[in-house]
Amino acid sequence: MSWTLALPELVLACSGLVLLLAGVIPKQETFFPVTMGAIGALLLAAVLVLGQGEGTALNGHYVADSFSGFMKILSLGAAAISLLVSLDFNEREGLGRFEFPVLVVFASLGAMLMISANDLMALYLGLELLSLPLYVIASFNRDNARSAEAGLKYFVLGALASGLLLYGSSLVYGFAGTTNFDRLADAFSTADGVSPGVVVGVVFIIAGLAFKVSAVPFHMWTPDVYEGAPTPVTAYFASAPKVAAIALLARVLLGPFGDLAAQWQQVILLVSIGSMILGSFAAIGQTNLKRLMAYSSIGHVGYALMGLAVGSDIGLRGLLVYMAIYVFMNMGTFAVLVAMRRQGRAVERIDDLAGLGRTDPTMALWMAVFMFSMAGIPPLAGFFGKLYVFLAAVQGGYWTLAVIGVLTSVVSAYYYLRIVKVMYFDQAVGALDRAPASLTIVMAGTGLFTLLFCLWPAPMLAAAQAAAAALLG
Amino acid sequence: MNAAGFPLLSLLTFLPLAGAAVIMSVRGDDEVVARNARWTALWTSLIVFLLSLILWARFDTASAAFQFEEKLEWLPEFGVGYHMGVDGISVLFVLLSTALTPLCILASWESVTSRVREYMVAFLVLETMMVGMFCALDFIVFYVFFEAVLIPMFLIIGVWGGARRVYAAFKFFLYTLLGSVLMLLAILYLWYNAGTTDIPALFQYQVPRAAQTWIFFAFLASFAVKVPMWPVHTWLPDAHVEAPTAGSVILAGVLLKMGAYGFLRFTLPLLPEASATFAPLIFALSVIAVVYTSLVALAQEDMKKLIAYSSVAHMGIVTIGIFTFNQQGLSGALFTMLAHGVVSGALFLCVGVLYDRVHSREILRYGGIAKIMPAYALVFMLFTMASIGLPGLANFVGEFLVIVGAWRVNAWVAFGAALGMILGAAYMLYLYRRVSFGRITRDDLKALLDLSPREYAVFAPLIALTLWMGIYPQPFLSFFEASVAALVARHEAALNLSRLAGM
Repeated sequence: MSWTLALPELVLACSGLVLLLAGVIPKQETFFPVTMGAIGALLLAAVLVLGQGEGTALNGHYVADSFSGFMKILSLGAAAISLLVSLDFNEREGLGRFEFPVLVVFASLGAMLMISANDLMALYLGLELLSLPLYVIASFNRDNARSAEAGLKYFVLGALASGLLLYGSSLVYGFAGTTNFDRLADAFSTADGVSPGVVVGVVFIIAGLAFKVSAVPFHMWTPDVYEGAPTPVTAYFASAPKVAAIALLARVLLGPFGDLAAQWQQVILLVSIGSMILGSFAAIGQTNLKRLMAYSSIGHVGYALMGLAVGSDIGLRGLLVYMAIYVFMNMGTFAVLVAMRRQGRAVERIDDLAGLGRTDPTMALWMAVFMFSMAGIPPLAGFFGKLYVFLAAVQGGYWTLAVIGVLTSVVSAYYYLRIVKVMYFDQAVGALDRAPASLTIVMAGTGLFTLLFCLWPAPMLAAAQAAAAALLG
Repeated sequence: MNAAGFPLLSLLTFLPLAGAAVIMSVRGDDEVVARNARWTALWTSLIVFLLSLILWARFDTASAAFQFEEKLEWLPEFGVGYHMGVDGISVLFVLLSTALTPLCILASWESVTSRVREYMVAFLVLETMMVGMFCALDFIVFYVFFEAVLIPMFLIIGVWGGARRVYAAFKFFLYTLLGSVLMLLAILYLWYNAGTTDIPALFQYQVPRAAQTWIFFAFLASFAVKVPMWPVHTWLPDAHVEAPTAGSVILAGVLLKMGAYGFLRFTLPLLPEASATFAPLIFALSVIAVVYTSLVALAQEDMKKLIAYSSVAHMGIVTIGIFTFNQQGLSGALFTMLAHGVVSGALFLCVGVLYDRVHSREILRYGGIAKIMPAYALVFMLFTMASIGLPGLANFVGEFLVIVGAWRVNAWVAFGAALGMILGAAYMLYLYRRVSFGRITRDDLKALLDLSPREYAVFAPLIALTLWMGIYPQPFLSFFEASVAALVARHEAALNLSRLAGM
């Protein structure tokens, strides 16, 4: 009974409560200090994760290993950056309320619990702890009809997904007699044939998690929620919860259900192919940047799941590297999106970027870097993410998957290029406002990472390798 | 350590980036920034060119091995390293790239007036990618440079191009990307099966016969688009017409060589049997390209489009030469690539001279230029004749060798190539007659000024090179003699081996 293993989570939970109190008690507005405190708490948790030992705790409900460490740092980092991105935006839009950072802290706590879940019950608890704050912050701009609609839509569909997940879990429990991942793995490795009930349960669990990562065919909520939610919230949606859900999907499928690979692999394969195709074609017609990013994120999840569909060690490494690079590119892109204002009003159409190459060369340069990177053009980071998942697919002999992957990446290059075209080739329609310092820092930091990843990829690859080894045993 | 005593190739590759960084860091009003950008870009590219002359001086032409090698660890657990080096096949293309870049910068001195800083940065980045691509001795490193070329070129066409620049830029980018990603899959297959992406190490790996066909077509998808071969050449006329003059020069001079270089570097040595099997297909496509695009060129109204189609025809001759697999054909292909790099680059510059003055590329807009701009007409004639393949000028040597090489394989292929030369004479002379001779029908042409000192400075090295390559080609041929002989020997050994295995 070593609860100290869960120290990062405990610290984050306590910090969340302290921040809540700190926000309520003073009479004046406390948005800025609470946000700073929340960023500090997230970073502290990340440092604690770095120093965390390995093993299981809390009666086997909680597991800590290199894999959980990798994913937790990623999702905590993404959460911290989204808070940084939200600072200026929320104050200008009149959303500067201290509840926002507190909710993000609790959502991140949920994400950490999800990543560390070693039991179907712990999984569900973590997922719900993540989801409830997300429903609230989606409609954080409560006077705006689109934001309220986003929150409601997300809530209704999210509740349905949770129901599916819970139903799947109960089926698995019913047929296998346990909810603990280790014992589930034992049960499936000894049995000389699994009952169809378990398979149905696994499919339900995949469906529930696929909803969270917005993979086809459970993606329908994504464009509307991304468009309606305040932009920094969208930035958060597109990163930390996705990382957590992908991590959970990998852990569940490769851990307890690892011996059922033959059953779930086809499902993940189809989900991956569907996401890549939809993500590349549906984004072509978009005029709203946030909607475009929604489809783009669907596509990226498709590529990441390609690594999982292969199911090999190298595939898992590809998945981890892909998600890490994706988080950086995505946060950078959203920093640009949040910075888009004309005469104080937030704008979000692609045409609003017109002529940015002249009016704000630095921001245009970073945006171009992110777009080329997302399109997978070397030497930018996004290329290396794609390289690893394609390598995994080729190695596993999944040629159809690989060919569909590269072809859809060409199709998606079209709409990323369109943004570059609007920024550099079109005439300016009037300058955007200068980006505040917090956003410039985020853009420059993530941009430099994207640009220079190729020089020194070894540390991340080594981390991914260790993480993959931890999960696959 | 290599023959230069310091990492010369890396320096050549990344020095332009340093120049780009300097240009980016300059602040001030537009005029200062523009002047600074021009001079920094010119000096950077000149220094790179002078450094690259070390290659010319120190390269051991008797050896077919890779020289000036550099090796660094990059992704050790995947067997991918940063490996640079040149052999007789690639060394002259490095020099071609470093020589054309300063000329391009000089040629855009006055014609580019908007966003000069970004323009110069794009050219320097482009130089890095081109040089890096020819030096790369690791397949992944090669691919990174090969693809990264698209980014600066996309921006050069799209930002500083003509009226339909957006369409041309997208077509260029997506066409090339589509081809390249299929090659990427083939690279991944080789990577996984051979356990390395180091090119000299890959040469030791025998690709299974069944896989060769697939890999061959994956490579073909990428290289054929770059060359470009019929029927995937359609991006080229659009890109050329819309690109600014210097962009067309680099496109014709260096980027088109990337595809042919890919065939020589990868397809032939790695896939000997598939190359031999599908040589007739390549011959057919090439002969169609030579004859068809020559006929299309005859009908063009736009000078740049005409020269663009002539490039497709010349590159058809190059691909014929490559797939003859004999010493003459391969040497001829390499020589034609170099000569075409110089001559077609110069022809685009000639068009650029007129375009800067009149702002029209329409052939009918001109006439009687020889009377108004005699020096220009002489320069233009020289390069027209070189493009036709007049003996004593650059193209002749290469095309002649290709025809000799092709004759040894198949007389009909040689006939096709020769037909291309005849048609080439027809459309180039027709172009030259319409532009330079005849009555002066438009009054505004009478006021045109002849070549400026800056333009003389741009053309002088190209004229010298064209004459040198035509009159005394041996120094150039000697560079690739050993490497080509090794390539031919390797190819024949591989084929004999498989023939023995088949018996």
